[in-house]
Amino acid sequence: MNNKLTQLLSTKQKDILTLYFTAGFPKLESTISILKGLDSTDVDIIEVGIPFTDPVADGPVIQKSNTVALKNGITLPLLFKQLQEVNISKPIVLMGYFNQFLQFGAEQFCTQCKAANVSGLIIPDLPIAYFNTHYKELFDSNNLHNHYLITPQTSDERIREIDNISTSFIYAVADNSITGNTKDFNDAQVAYFKRIAMLKLKSPIQFGFGIYNNATFSKVCQYGHGGIIGSSFIKALEKGNSITDFVKNIRG
Amino acid sequence: MSRYTIDSEGFYGEFGGAFIPEMLVPNIQELQENYENIINSEAFKKEFISLLKNYVGRPSPLYYANNLSTHYNTTIFLKREDVNHTGSHKVNNTIGQVLIAKHLGKKYIIAETGAGQHGVATATVCALMNIKCKVFMGAKDVERQSSNYNRMNMLGAEVIPVTSGSKTLKDATNEALRYWIANPNAYYLIGSAIGPHPYPDMVTKLQSVIGDEIKQQLTNEYQQNKPNYVIACVGGGSNAAGSFYSFLEDEDVKLIGAEAHGKGEETGKSAATLNLGKKGVIHGCMTYLMQNKDGQIKEPYSISAGLDYPGIGPLHAHLYRTNRAQYIPVSDKEALKAAYFLTQKEGIIPALESAHALGVLEKLSFKKKDIVVVTLSGKGDKDIETYIKNSVK
Repeated sequence: MNNKLTQLLSTKQKDILTLYFTAGFPKLESTISILKGLDSTDVDIIEVGIPFTDPVADGPVIQKSNTVALKNGITLPLLFKQLQEVNISKPIVLMGYFNQFLQFGAEQFCTQCKAANVSGLIIPDLPIAYFNTHYKELFDSNNLHNHYLITPQTSDERIREIDNISTSFIYAVADNSITGNTKDFNDAQVAYFKRIAMLKLKSPIQFGFGIYNNATFSKVCQYGHGGIIGSSFIKALEKGNSITDFVKNIRG
Repeated sequence: MSRYTIDSEGFYGEFGGAFIPEMLVPNIQELQENYENIINSEAFKKEFISLLKNYVGRPSPLYYANNLSTHYNTTIFLKREDVNHTGSHKVNNTIGQVLIAKHLGKKYIIAETGAGQHGVATATVCALMNIKCKVFMGAKDVERQSSNYNRMNMLGAEVIPVTSGSKTLKDATNEALRYWIANPNAYYLIGSAIGPHPYPDMVTKLQSVIGDEIKQQLTNEYQQNKPNYVIACVGGGSNAAGSFYSFLEDEDVKLIGAEAHGKGEETGKSAATLNLGKKGVIHGCMTYLMQNKDGQIKEPYSISAGLDYPGIGPLHAHLYRTNRAQYIPVSDKEALKAAYFLTQKEGIIPALESAHALGVLEKLSFKKKDIVVVTLSGKGDKDIETYIKNSVK
């Protein structure tokens, strides 16, 4: 079976919109309705967060959604079951922390991803070198992409290294911060966006962190290939706002 | 290379490493590349040793506990970290790391704290060295340990109560890491031998003054070659790591860690990570941790706020796995009993943490001629209320 993310990235090079939501939030069964809801919009990639007790790279909004989802009773086996119940046409990427992956068992995790038609993973606390030695083959054999992060602090040299080994998009953290900021981009951030654009990398760039509306999304799309929105979508879901309207507003 | 030291990636065997998000890579790399050179430099050593001597009051006594020895029919020495300035071993590490931060040109310090001992030690050294500091403390701990909270404020630290998650040490650590991600100019002063490489090795080396002194004092003051046992309590494990470090290669010295067993396994209220936990990743390192089958991190329990951490330093995970050290669970009750016993026999009120190490004395049988060293990591002033509330006749 083809990897949906590979297909998407080979045909679409700009304005790629990824929306993140936390599995099992606001209700345990919300995973399914949100997936279906997003599938009928013109979002490009769906990123599903695996709730964790200690999400170190996440800000208060996503932390809270994690806590609520865990209270609702979400677990990895349940999430995989939910993913298999729906037939989603868009590529799905799972985001979670390394300990969950480790406890579930790397092989079983990857097999389940394949069965659930997941295209790739984002594991922010899994270092690149450790991934290459321990899991690269396993990912390849299950047709899964791993996604690497870069930040304003990452040197050009390291960005090029990451670009060389990346098989999918690079997740460019837009801000020296955790997720969930809602302020305008400052000069340093814009300079960083420009620096990335100037490197003319082979991998598509998806900016994430601090992207929350049409203005910030459009801005990062000028420099990269798209943007990832999480916290502000979680807030909209919590309020019970329409998913279609949310996507329309971002697209402008 | 010894089998008990880290490899080039910061692993003790299969434990350790640096499992950190990319946002922290530059900061951690800077520290990885520089900490050994700084620690080994003459300038650092001179300042560190001088402060340990004149400010902390080292060497701390190695006290021959005659009454305890008679009772247990063996030879017991107490390594008195409780008489250090600020009342525990924590200050050895904070002095060392504040000096390292200064060598790296860092302008301010952030730290996490549970019971507040590390927070106080950090705030103290920052006051001394005129460097700004921010301490993250779980909101629940702020309430439970108000005197340490007040001490930190008086010392000029900005204490930030953490209201995320379970509002205790692990959440304070998460919040400090989040703050560091957003403020990479800060220096993160971790209080135990935990966290991503190089912290476990760096903290162990800074605390190794404890074991070095034990070795020298046994030889010089008591004409003893080496101990048969070194016993210390383990939360994250910095005082134990510091006590064990000088003896790791002496395979005939038995190393014993006391883990906090709370109310016992059957109640689910324990903090005995090695005895009850499983291998995993917490706060940037591969180690043992208390978790459920889904890999969600469990909130540990102990009567002692300094031992209720869900992980453990990777050196201890390695010593446990290789059987170099033994880790014995000691319950709340056993620790309280041991604290009262020491107080009445020797006139020393130990910290609740250290009382767990004393609890081990009841659980092992010693020969008359055995030399048993117990590290008394801290003093019990902060625990008086708990002792009164749970008095042991």
